[in-house]
Amino acid sequence: MSESLRYIQAVNAALTWALDSRTDTVYFGEDVALPGGPFGATKGLHKRFGSDRIFDTPISETGFLGMALGAAMTGLRPIAEIMYADFSFVAMDQIVNQIATIRYSSAGRWKAPLVIRMQQGYSPGACAQHSHSPEAYFAHTPGLRVALPATPDDAYQMLRTAVVSDDPVVVAEARMLYPTRGPVRTDAPVEPVGGARVVRSGADVTVVAWSRMVSAALDAATTLAGEGIDVEVVDLRWLNPLDFDTVAASVARTGRLVVAHEANLTGGFGAEIAARAAAECFADLRAPIARVAAPDVPMPAAPALQAVVVPEAATVADAVRRTVRP
Amino acid sequence: MGLPDDYRLMARIRRFEERLTALKDAGEIPGSIHLCNGQEAVPVGACRALRDGDHVTATYRGHGWAIARGVDLTGLFAEMMGRDSALCGGRAASPYLSDPGRWFVGENSIVGAGVPIATGAALTAQRTASGAVSVVSIGDGAMNQGNVHEALNLAAVLDLPLVLVVENNVYSEMSRISDMVRVKQLAERAAGYGLPGRVVDGNDPDAVYDAVAEAVDRAREGSGPSIVEAMTERLVGHYSGDAQHYRPAGEIAAARLREPLARIRAAADADLTARLDAIDAEVDAEIEAAVTAARAVPHPDPATAREHVYV
Repeated sequence: MSESLRYIQAVNAALTWALDSRTDTVYFGEDVALPGGPFGATKGLHKRFGSDRIFDTPISETGFLGMALGAAMTGLRPIAEIMYADFSFVAMDQIVNQIATIRYSSAGRWKAPLVIRMQQGYSPGACAQHSHSPEAYFAHTPGLRVALPATPDDAYQMLRTAVVSDDPVVVAEARMLYPTRGPVRTDAPVEPVGGARVVRSGADVTVVAWSRMVSAALDAATTLAGEGIDVEVVDLRWLNPLDFDTVAASVARTGRLVVAHEANLTGGFGAEIAARAAAECFADLRAPIARVAAPDVPMPAAPALQAVVVPEAATVADAVRRTVRP
Repeated sequence: MGLPDDYRLMARIRRFEERLTALKDAGEIPGSIHLCNGQEAVPVGACRALRDGDHVTATYRGHGWAIARGVDLTGLFAEMMGRDSALCGGRAASPYLSDPGRWFVGENSIVGAGVPIATGAALTAQRTASGAVSVVSIGDGAMNQGNVHEALNLAAVLDLPLVLVVENNVYSEMSRISDMVRVKQLAERAAGYGLPGRVVDGNDPDAVYDAVAEAVDRAREGSGPSIVEAMTERLVGHYSGDAQHYRPAGEIAAARLREPLARIRAAADADLTARLDAIDAEVDAEIEAAVTAARAVPHPDPATAREHVYV
């Protein structure tokens, strides 16, 4: 069965599924219960599941992410919501030093089956503290799984996968994708963790993207098709576990690689993909690898400034043209 | 449990750490260790108020809590020796060890970070109606960490079964706590969270037991968290290499007259002294046996270094 849902509705449906299917699931964060979340992700859940299962926390990310860890270690399956991904930085100790390490440091005697749900990326007028794309910080941390759904269906499927995983998973949604609508397979079996996907086949160049940049890459591919450039688009979906095999297989077909993300250039996860491709796909590459990213500036708030900072379909198309016709 | 049992447990902790120091000096323990010499009455008194299923979370100065909670001595020595211990397989060592089998959520190397985690154990107890409580110990210095404030407020508004034991050993790492706060007693801060706070003699296991038992009862019956501040003194440095130049002359010598084991000895008559001597001898033998057994534990197989990151 497939329903047409907006991305944010797919998130709500996945959370409903999670709270319905396991009574040990609890959901908490700021303004998630009675208010239903600032974007409506948790709308109706408090009424349906009650304060024992879904409840509001004080504004204290360190406190409630630590609480999520302790609860996960001792028998619950918490989903904790960070309202804006930027706010995860105040809780980085709990994420990096605590949640990510406990399984390893106890030789597997403890587990931390929890989900940290957040939304990230720019939106018009949002300042530097409400626009970060911090996925590389999490992907840099051993012990965390990192998921970035790019479509309503993946918002549903990947969040469910995260919820049933026995590892801690950071699910970073893209705020700008929330209004987008698409088919959601609400009766699909829960997928295993990981897996990139070729979302458009092409012969000339591979564009690897994730989150909002997947749709930008697809738009760029449509434009470039009119110019005789056949673009293959890979949605990486999970940064951890990284499905590099799908990337390598695509590069073997096309011989060219562009990596596109919204996060800043330096140290972004695109650097990891480029380095891996340089090491493992060297013989297949017919052109230098290109990276599309935001320049290394904090995000400006004014739309006129954002327009030259935020990578869009045109930015991807330019990079592809330079790669294919140097 | 009474005096001889408390004495035995405190002596076990003391002897364990003295032996650990010798092993470190002999090069058998890598890394730094943080000892609780002088503070043994706090975990011993507090853990007497607990039952199976109650979770305990400690700081990196947590050997006493592990031992008071019944964590295996051989496992502790082996873990600290970097062996393939049954506790953490040589991945945690002295400052981050844990033991789910003894409900020991474990130590933490980040000051104060255990309090939010202990709050989570309390959430599980509350939401599953298990009747368990979550006890977390921090030092005085941790009371200035944001994570502690966040967790206490969170636990307070959710009425979680949490007991925070503040071990006030005068020093916030290597600085006097009196230079770091403007309250006389850290337990005064409980009022800021709407919680009860109590100050007790942390060198007296009975006093610690009474206060923690009261807080535990309150937590078990659903009345929410409490803070117990146990006043004690550190007989050793912040860490194993700390020469303690910052401490005034005579301070440690004076503390040695007040520390919990010396206090029991000072008040003992001839009969009790003989019993305590016998306990010391038994504890010595127990510790030596544990050291011998730990030395027989192999080092971790280097091929396993990448294991246990993901399920």
